Amino acid sequence: MSKKDVSLLVLILVVGTVVALINPRFLFVGNLSNTANQVGLFGIFSIAEAVVIIIGGIELSVGSVIALLGVLFIDLIVNHDVNWLAAIAMIVAAGLVIGLVHGTLVTRMRIQPFVVTLCGLLIYRGAARYYTEDATAGFGFGASFPMLEWLAAGRTNVLGFPLPHSVVALAVVAVIAWVMLHRSVFGRYLYAVGKNEEAARYSGIRSNRVIISAYVICGGLTAFSAILIAMYTRSISPAVHGSFYELYAIAAAVLGGCSLRGGEGSIIGVVLGTVLLQMLQNLVNLLGIPSSLNFAVMGTVILAGVLGDQYLVQRRHRASVAKVREQTSVAAAPLERMKVE
Amino acid sequence: MSEPFLELVDISKSYPGVVALDHVSLEVSPGEVIALIGENGAGKSTLMRVLGGVVEPSGGVIRVDGAARSSLTVADAIKAGIAFVHQELNLFDNLDVAGNVFIGREPVHGGPLRLIDRKRMYADLAPLLDRLGCDFAADAPLAELSLAQRQLVEIMKALSLDARLVIMDEPTSSLTLTETDRLMRIVAGLKAHGVSIIFITHRLNEVMQCADRAVVLCDGRVVGALTRAELSPAAMIRLMIGRDLKSLYVRPAAPPGDSVLQIVDAVTDTYPERAVSLSVRRGEILGLAGLVGSGRTELARAVFGIDRLRGGAIRLDGEPIRIASPRAAIEQGIYLVPEDRKGAGLLLDVSIAENISLPDLASYTRFWLVDTARENENAMRQRERLKIRTPDVETTVGSLSGGNQQKVVLAKWLSMRPKVLIFDEPTRGVDVGAKQEIYDMLRRLTDAGVAILMISSDMEEVIGVSDRIAVMHEGAISGFLDRSRFSEHNVLQLAVGHTIEAEGP
Repeated sequence: MSKKDVSLLVLILVVGTVVALINPRFLFVGNLSNTANQVGLFGIFSIAEAVVIIIGGIELSVGSVIALLGVLFIDLIVNHDVNWLAAIAMIVAAGLVIGLVHGTLVTRMRIQPFVVTLCGLLIYRGAARYYTEDATAGFGFGASFPMLEWLAAGRTNVLGFPLPHSVVALAVVAVIAWVMLHRSVFGRYLYAVGKNEEAARYSGIRSNRVIISAYVICGGLTAFSAILIAMYTRSISPAVHGSFYELYAIAAAVLGGCSLRGGEGSIIGVVLGTVLLQMLQNLVNLLGIPSSLNFAVMGTVILAGVLGDQYLVQRRHRASVAKVREQTSVAAAPLERMKVE
Repeated sequence: MSEPFLELVDISKSYPGVVALDHVSLEVSPGEVIALIGENGAGKSTLMRVLGGVVEPSGGVIRVDGAARSSLTVADAIKAGIAFVHQELNLFDNLDVAGNVFIGREPVHGGPLRLIDRKRMYADLAPLLDRLGCDFAADAPLAELSLAQRQLVEIMKALSLDARLVIMDEPTSSLTLTETDRLMRIVAGLKAHGVSIIFITHRLNEVMQCADRAVVLCDGRVVGALTRAELSPAAMIRLMIGRDLKSLYVRPAAPPGDSVLQIVDAVTDTYPERAVSLSVRRGEILGLAGLVGSGRTELARAVFGIDRLRGGAIRLDGEPIRIASPRAAIEQGIYLVPEDRKGAGLLLDVSIAENISLPDLASYTRFWLVDTARENENAMRQRERLKIRTPDVETTVGSLSGGNQQKVVLAKWLSMRPKVLIFDEPTRGVDVGAKQEIYDMLRRLTDAGVAILMISSDMEEVIGVSDRIAVMHEGAISGFLDRSRFSEHNVLQLAVGHTIEAEGP
C-alpha cells in the first residue's frame, strides 16, 4: 500500500468513527450491508474509469452506457426470452465494442478523449430513451430469474453478516485489476504510456494499442457493472438511470490517487475512494443533513482531500530536492578539483 | 561612429561543471550591424539571453547609456530598447498581425470596459507596414503568413517598442534566397534609421553581405573581432576553430567489417527535395556532424521508425528492411539514444530498474507477470558495468545527474542485443567524467561488433571519438572524412555547405 492509500484509509476510519459516534445506526448490520452493496456496484465502474485515467484519458459516458446497456439487458431477457447467460455475454460484448470505438477515435482519429466520450454520453443516453420510448424498463409480473437474481443482487450470510454479491464481484474484479495493473507487463505499459507517451514509444511500446485496450477494458467492466446495477434496481427509467455515475467514478479515481494527467493511481486507492464516497452518501442520510446537500458534501470532501494531498506532495518534494542538492554538491566537488588541476 | 550606448564588460556565466561565458566584452553603437558567429555551444545564445534579461550573469558589468549594473531583468532590457527576433518565433497563431505586434500593450477605449481599440491599433501599425514594405495587411491572421512574413511581424514588434538594438538569432535559417535578400535590405534600412543589429548566423556569406564587424565566440570566450575590412570566410573559420583538441581517440581493436546499416537515398519530411545516403560498418563509430537544423535528428527518427521515410530504403546486413515503428526497429536490433533525454528517453519519475527493462519487458516475466527480482538483478549488473552512480536501482531516474541519466538510457539498450546504436548528442548535458565513461563504452561496443552512428554538434566529440565522419548540410550529406583528413576546418567547411578539395568517397 502506498502512503496515499494509507492516508485515505485513515481518513475513512476517522470519518467512520465520527459518524458512528454521532449516530450508532451507522454500524447496524443492515446499514453496513446496504452501504457495502453500493460500494460493490460503484467500485467496478470506478476501476474501469481508473484504467482509462491512468493512460491519460477520460471516460465520460459511463453513466449513459450503464443506462443503455441496462435497458438492453432487461429487454433481452424479459421481452426477447434470451437465455440470461447469453444476454450477459452479448451485453459485455457490446461494452467492449463501445470501448473499442472510443479508443479508435482517440488514437487513430486523434480526437480528444473528453470530446469523444462527451459525445458518447449524449448519444447513449439518447439511444436508451429512444429505445424504450422514455418508458421505464423493468421486470413484468411473473417474470422471474431466480438464479440470476440471486447471483447478481443476492446476499450470502457470512458469520452473521449478509454479504452482498456485488461486493464479491468487486473483490474479484479488484484482485484481477490489481494483478494486471501492478504486476503484469501490460500494466507497466499502461503506466508508461500515461506518464510519457513519447518515451514509451521510443522504448518500442505500441502506445496506440495500449490506449485502445484501456478503453476496451473500461467498456467491458462498465457493461458488467451495468448488469449488476440493472438487477439491483430492477427497473430502469432511461432518462435518469446512472446519471452522474461517471462523475462518481472520476471522483473515486482522483481520491484514490489518480492524476488526470495520467500515469498515477492504484487499485487499492480507487476502491478506498469508492468506500469513502459511499460513506459520505450514507453520512448525509444518517446525520440528518438535507439530502439536497449530498453533492455539496462530496465536492467539499474531495476538494479538501486533494488540497491536503497537494500540501503533502509539495512538502515531500521540497525535502527530496534538498536531499538531491546535498548529494550533488558532494558529487560536484571532485569535478571542481579536476578543473583546478 | 557615435558613442556606444550598450557595453558588456567581462561578462561571465557558469553552470555547474560548465563555463558558458568567460569574460566576454562587447559594445554596441547606434546604427551598427554586428555579426556574432561561433560553433554550436560557443556561448552565443547564453550571451544573448544575458542581454535579454533572461539569464543572470555570474560576473561582469552591463552598462546601458553609461549606467552600470550587474544584470538586467526582462523589463530593463525592453526599457533599454533591446528586442529579439527569435529563432523559434514567439508569436500567437490565433491573432492577427496587429494583435501580435501590440500584444500586452493593446490600445484601449471604452473606459472601465477596456475594450481593444482595433482602429487605432491598425492605424498605428500602418507606418511600420510601409517602412518594411510588407506585402500583408494589419488584420491578416498570423496563421496564414509564411515564416518570412512572421519574421517581419517580429521585427515590427521590436520597432513598435522603439528598439535601439534588434537581436536576430539565425534569422535566415529557414528562409529562401529571395526572402533572405529582402531581410538583408530590411537590415540595411534599420541601420540607416540608426537601429543597431546583432546578427547571429552560421552563413558566412550573409556576414560578408551585411555586417560592419564580426565577433567570434569559441568556448564562451571572444576569440577574435574582425572589422569590415578584415572580413573574409577564411578568416572567420580560422577564428572559430582556434583551439587544440584534446586527443580522445581510442583505436578500434579490428578494422571495420562489412556494412551493417545502409541508408539509401533516404528522404525526410523536413527536406523533401534532399536525399541522404550513408552506411555504417560493423565495429565503427560513424560521426554525423553538421549544424543544428541540418536534418540529422530527422534522419535518426526516420531510421528508428518514429517518423515515416518519404523515400529511399534502409538495409540491415545487406537485406532491405521496412521500419514502420520504433518497435520494428528494436526487433531488428536498431536502437536510438534520443537527443531529448527527458522527453523521449526516460520516464523520469519511475525507478532506474523499471526504465532499463521497459523496452524488453517481456523477457523479464514469469507467467505474464513481471519478475521484479530479475529486473533488479539486471539493473544492478548494468549499474556495475556503466558505473551509474546511485545508492540503489529503485531510485527514480529524475533525481540522477544528466550523465547518470544518459547511462540509464544506454543501459536500456545494452541489456538487449544491439546491432546498430544511433546516438543523438550522446553527451549533451553530461559532465566531463561521465562523458569519458560513455566514450569508453562506445568503443567497447564497437569492438564487440556493434555499428554506431553518432550525431554530435560537439566538435571535440566528433573529431575525438569517430572513426569516420559524415557531414550533413541542409538535408544532404556534403562530404565524408576519413581520420587522415579529420580537422575542425574540414568539418566546418562541409557543415556550412562549402566543398573541400579532394572529396572523399
